[in-house]
Amino acid sequence: MDLQNTMKQPHSWGRYPKVRHSQALSIYWRNELPDFAQLEESALPFAYGRSYGDSCLNAGGVTLDVSHLQRFIAFDDETGILRCEAGVSLAEILEVMVPRGWFLPVTPGTKFVSVGGAIANDIHGKNHHRGGTFGCHVTCFELLRSNGERLLCSPEQNSELFRATIGGLGLTGLILWAEFRLKPIINPYIDMDHIRFASLDEFFEISAESDADFEYTMSWVDILIGGESLCRGIFMRGNHNQSRELAAKPMKKRLPLAVPFDFPRFVLNSLTVKAFNELYYHAQVQKRVHKVDSYDPFFYPLDSIHNWYHMYGKRGFLQYQFVVPFEDGHYAMREILGRIRRSGEGSFLTVLKKFGDVQSPGMLSFPRPGLTLALDFAYGGPKTLRLLEYLDQIVLQSGGAVYPAKDARMSAESFQAFFPRWQEFSAYVDPQFSSSFWRRVTDNVAQGDKGQGDREGRPYNTTKRAAEQHSV
Amino acid sequence: MKILIIGATSAIAHETAKCFARDGAELFLVGRSSEKLAAVRDDLNVRGAKRAETRALDLSELDQHQEMIQSAIETLDGLDMVLIAHGTLGDQRLSQENVTKTLEEFTTNCTSVISLLTLLANYFEPRKRGCIAVISSVAGDRGRQSNYVYGAAKGAVTVFLQGLRSRLAKSGVAVVTIKPGFVDTPMTASVRKGLLFASPRKVGEGIYHAMLKGKEVVYLPWFWRPIMLIVKSVPEPVFKKLSF
Repeated sequence: MDLQNTMKQPHSWGRYPKVRHSQALSIYWRNELPDFAQLEESALPFAYGRSYGDSCLNAGGVTLDVSHLQRFIAFDDETGILRCEAGVSLAEILEVMVPRGWFLPVTPGTKFVSVGGAIANDIHGKNHHRGGTFGCHVTCFELLRSNGERLLCSPEQNSELFRATIGGLGLTGLILWAEFRLKPIINPYIDMDHIRFASLDEFFEISAESDADFEYTMSWVDILIGGESLCRGIFMRGNHNQSRELAAKPMKKRLPLAVPFDFPRFVLNSLTVKAFNELYYHAQVQKRVHKVDSYDPFFYPLDSIHNWYHMYGKRGFLQYQFVVPFEDGHYAMREILGRIRRSGEGSFLTVLKKFGDVQSPGMLSFPRPGLTLALDFAYGGPKTLRLLEYLDQIVLQSGGAVYPAKDARMSAESFQAFFPRWQEFSAYVDPQFSSSFWRRVTDNVAQGDKGQGDREGRPYNTTKRAAEQHSV
Repeated sequence: MKILIIGATSAIAHETAKCFARDGAELFLVGRSSEKLAAVRDDLNVRGAKRAETRALDLSELDQHQEMIQSAIETLDGLDMVLIAHGTLGDQRLSQENVTKTLEEFTTNCTSVISLLTLLANYFEPRKRGCIAVISSVAGDRGRQSNYVYGAAKGAVTVFLQGLRSRLAKSGVAVVTIKPGFVDTPMTASVRKGLLFASPRKVGEGIYHAMLKGKEVVYLPWFWRPIMLIVKSVPEPVFKKLSF
């Protein structure tokens, strides 16, 4: 079916870049799968579009809509092992499983991601220092390759493809279903502390005393204060509440808000961001606040505002998440925060966290031990891109990496330095799968007949890429 | 709660079944493809169904209906509710050119439903309780040139249900006519989606509530009731000139 006639073009969460796909194929059943031989362009799975940049987009190619594959397959309430189709959202899992005393092993800051996407991006959450990434909890999955093969992948079977697919950005084939371990909980509530900190050093102190006793930690930070303290913020930490009485307490239903239209550009600027930061920081009067709240506001504060990307206006926004090793953490933070302040670009929602050393099986997995900071910037044209390119250089010097799931612009050189196993990985890329992201970060290598770029063998050159990024 | 769901692999019926599964219902699922039925059954089991059984059957085989209903009754040891949800959105143009095609459409969307309803009504009537819900369509409210074959089949079902409702009212059996508007399902995969399209979940949940309350005629989502009121009130000389 022709996409232009039947539905809107899929977009990523940052709404940058805006691209056109040639075709959308919806997959409804595991026993009715597309015949890839019939497709003229490369394909890429897509579900709820929660990746921020272009790793979920395939300009000029086919988008495989897996959001209808949302059936559970089996659940073992002795072991907590759940098997479900790739399009099941984490929200759906929580809705069904939390009342029965089970929780996700790892969850990102939004629950509206698919299980397939959670694996493809090897997502992490507030418990990375304890639980590692989502991929660490996956026991097996079924992968459809474009030659029609359906492969069961696990640490024992097709183990290389298993490792390539975890964090493999959807490029190794289509995950049809996956099986992973849930975690037992007593009730849906979280015991949480909010602690104010006035400097990066203080963040490290609180972090050091919290990591051993708290399963979940993350911090909201204000990076615009300048000076030697580098940043200030609120350290949030929590554990699952253990009270059996609370299990019977009905949860409050919160009605979601929505941002119904694009905000004009002047709404978000460094002044309003500063004002917001000031308010948010001082809204908590005491140094330390303790409360018990349900899991939703603790894990998914932004999910209560639907389509919050509209805040960034029509041009969209760029997320930037990097990790730097602890040794270089201070230096890199000083350089990066200084550079951002001088640029006059404000990051509205900035999140700081320490990654732990739990190793993921994924070849291209992003998390590694160190300090990770996630920032977002309204897309302001070339000057925003220049700033982020500069930040890449600092991250490179520190031996860190930038997160592909949130990226829309890193250069091939940077990607290949951040992910030294990329060549090993590329051997597992399905010949008929590709993405805008993948073409961009491999465009300095001959594309061969891998199906990256178009199938006539014409490589995607920079000009074409530029056109792809700016076309609407 | 013991529920027979006919056309259980349809996206809307599956959503309704999920609501019943959450309540721990016992389900008997009927559909054409055994693979799809198994996928739906597994899903409902994980979601909390007390039990879920399946029966693969092409519902245009009318002579199989009696046996299928009997086996559902025996398997679940009785029935409390039934949802009839199967159907096809045929190609109007093909039907116009081909009588066989038109009659096939009628068999699937109308005759088979009337056959099932006749048998089920006679099961529920002496028991003096229960609920029979059928997915008809807003398309059955007025014949339109773009899909009057489908519309006529659904319209016949709607009228049949009106009569049946009056007959069974005396026995305390609820007959629920469900009229969904546009729903984003595999059935409408090739149709351009506009603002009026609802998700199968929303419609499926609406059916669940309508069945529990034993409602009469339900438009899903609700705004189709005023829309169809207007569509029905356009005078024929004007209506025949409209292009939809």
